[in-house]
Amino acid sequence: MAMFSQNPLMNGPNYSFSDAPKTSAPEGSREHRFDPYTDNGGSTLAIAGADFAIMAGDTRLTSGYSINSRHHPKVFKIGGTTADQHDATIVLSVVGFAADGEALKERLDSICKMYRYRHGKPMSVKACAQRLSTILYQKRFFPYYAYAILGGLDEAGKGAVYSYDPVGSYEREQCRAGGAAASLIMPFLDNQVNFKNQYVPGSGEGHALQERERRPLSRNEVEILVKDAFDGAVERHIEVGDGLQMMVITSNGVEEILLPLKKD
Amino acid sequence: MSSPFSINGGACVAMVGKDCVAIACDLRLGLQALTVSNNFPKIFQYGDNVFLGLTGLATDLSTVSDLFRYKVNMYRLREERNIAPKTFANLPFICGFDSIGCIDFAADFIVSGTATDQLYGMCESLWEPNLAPEDLFETISQALMSAVDRDALSGWGAYVYIIEKDKVTKRLLKGRQD
Amino acid sequence: MPGFDFSNYNRNAALHARGVPLPKATSTGTTIVGCIFEGGVVIAADTRATSGPIVADKNCEKLHYISPNIWCAGAGTAADTEFTTALISSQLELHSLSTGRKPRVVTCMTMLKQHLFRYQGHIGAYLVVAGVDPTGTHLFTVHAHGSTDKLPYVTMGSGSLAAMSVFETQWKPQLTQDEAVALCSEAIQSGIFNDLGSGSNVDVAIITDKKTTLKRNYIKPNERVPKLKSYIFKRGTTAVLNEKIIRKEDLGNFVSVHELAVEETGDKMEVDA
Repeated sequence: MAMFSQNPLMNGPNYSFSDAPKTSAPEGSREHRFDPYTDNGGSTLAIAGADFAIMAGDTRLTSGYSINSRHHPKVFKIGGTTADQHDATIVLSVVGFAADGEALKERLDSICKMYRYRHGKPMSVKACAQRLSTILYQKRFFPYYAYAILGGLDEAGKGAVYSYDPVGSYEREQCRAGGAAASLIMPFLDNQVNFKNQYVPGSGEGHALQERERRPLSRNEVEILVKDAFDGAVERHIEVGDGLQMMVITSNGVEEILLPLKKD
Repeated sequence: MSSPFSINGGACVAMVGKDCVAIACDLRLGLQALTVSNNFPKIFQYGDNVFLGLTGLATDLSTVSDLFRYKVNMYRLREERNIAPKTFANLPFICGFDSIGCIDFAADFIVSGTATDQLYGMCESLWEPNLAPEDLFETISQALMSAVDRDALSGWGAYVYIIEKDKVTKRLLKGRQD
Repeated sequence: MPGFDFSNYNRNAALHARGVPLPKATSTGTTIVGCIFEGGVVIAADTRATSGPIVADKNCEKLHYISPNIWCAGAGTAADTEFTTALISSQLELHSLSTGRKPRVVTCMTMLKQHLFRYQGHIGAYLVVAGVDPTGTHLFTVHAHGSTDKLPYVTMGSGSLAAMSVFETQWKPQLTQDEAVALCSEAIQSGIFNDLGSGSNVDVAIITDKKTTLKRNYIKPNERVPKLKSYIFKRGTTAVLNEKIIRKEDLGNFVSVHELAVEETGDKMEVDA
């Protein structure tokens, strides 16, 4: 008796949920395709503070309905002197196709290391951000399938977060969510980090109400937001879970925190 | 051609509070990316305190909501009582349906429309049990407004109904008009 | 027999021909299992319902009532498992009323397979049927296309391989009731943790010739962790442009059917002798 899988994604190569195989070939002919990409799920999140930046990602690696690894980091220290990255000041997070993310991280890391060797100083986040954009655009017609976010401290010591699309369009932002649960987390960040849609109670009637003013969040407040955002995403997105990896970038260096997430 | 579920856009959300429930919808009616109307409510009333939120293809919303109104009125005439079962009349209760009738009984919240992902993210982080009517209003409103601002096909203001034992409060919210 | 409404068929077929995708129904990318023991049968299920990669319901019920001594675990399209089991349950009740006998598990399984075969797999119901009747203890699987199996232990759904690995390593003949319950819940937990389509809690039903016991949320290994902060807003945070309050006493203005006041004096009309 044949065993049917109820999951069409398990019968054949694993595609992303949004890119299920299409049968558009004309009658009688078979379509042969080269499918070099897989969506490995997972989610990332970055928030810039006044004198710090926090980069976070879950540690689950999936394909289809399977978990390939429960501890596969998506957040990396970049451009330290040595392989252990103990003196790194820049952090890169990648989500999408894990192999491309890994390759992108290695490329950027070696470029940062070469820069340090040639100039005798570490790369600034601003320069690193521009360089990452050119790396991505160089592969314009065979892109790295990776949504990258770069974090660090700018020349003035302020937290800086740069977010990218797969072909190198980038922007400096206050906060950004990426990956599978980006659509779940991003509106929450708008509301809780930038206080969007919040007004000052009693400051007027209807259209005259004053918008709630933005204020820089403390490191502790941001850590709480990150954990709560991921706990919410884990509840509602099947590809997010297992572990939460957080990198906190301050003038003292990069601190790594690992927290458990639900495993179902 | 895109899916009928996302041609017109729209979002709906319902939440349970302490001795109350809330249901809210956005007001946009679109044709793909073009906004046709900013006054297209998606919540329909079928009794003293029975409300139904519908999202999807606008023509089907009209058809389905009218069909339900007809069925509810026929039920009332036949049974000589309102459709709300006595047991549910004084109980805060919400549930959701997929397009072929699978019921989702929820003790917390229900979402539907083109902004479901965003609404799930918002509700999962903002909602907590036993919110008083005034707090439930703020929570459902903030959840809906922030969610539709990250969905190109929903928004343009919102209606929020807070349903309590003795009264129903309907509020029009200020939202981005873009 | 009540049928399906095909009035939108031509419209939807035309849309589909132009490349419009099929609607996303709630599916229970599920783990369901069943296992026979000495004197009865156990079935178990997880409680996650998904719509694509999003969890639509964290605690849904996948164990369906057929008759007091027959229960069914369902995987596949949620609405199809729900309505198919309800339909067969009702037909079986009428059947047992007209024959004056207790319903049998084979009868239920045959009705299910004939119904599903008629619809050629378009009704996406994948079921585990279990029960005890005068002919003994029975356990079947029914696939959406109408094929069936009869085995001492079965698994279905997207987590079926994870669950089957537990049965294949730990199952033995002549299990006791407690051993069977433990084995089934272990198999479900294997699905919950290793299959993304399955999650949340374990539901278990135990059927013996004496009685049926439904243990809803028998194990809850995935309680939500408490939030680190309360997100209650200050009242007045949301911008309101217009407010209308409808009180219960004013509802008469909006509701079209009025209750007529009953006159307390005088004779009441005899409604029911």
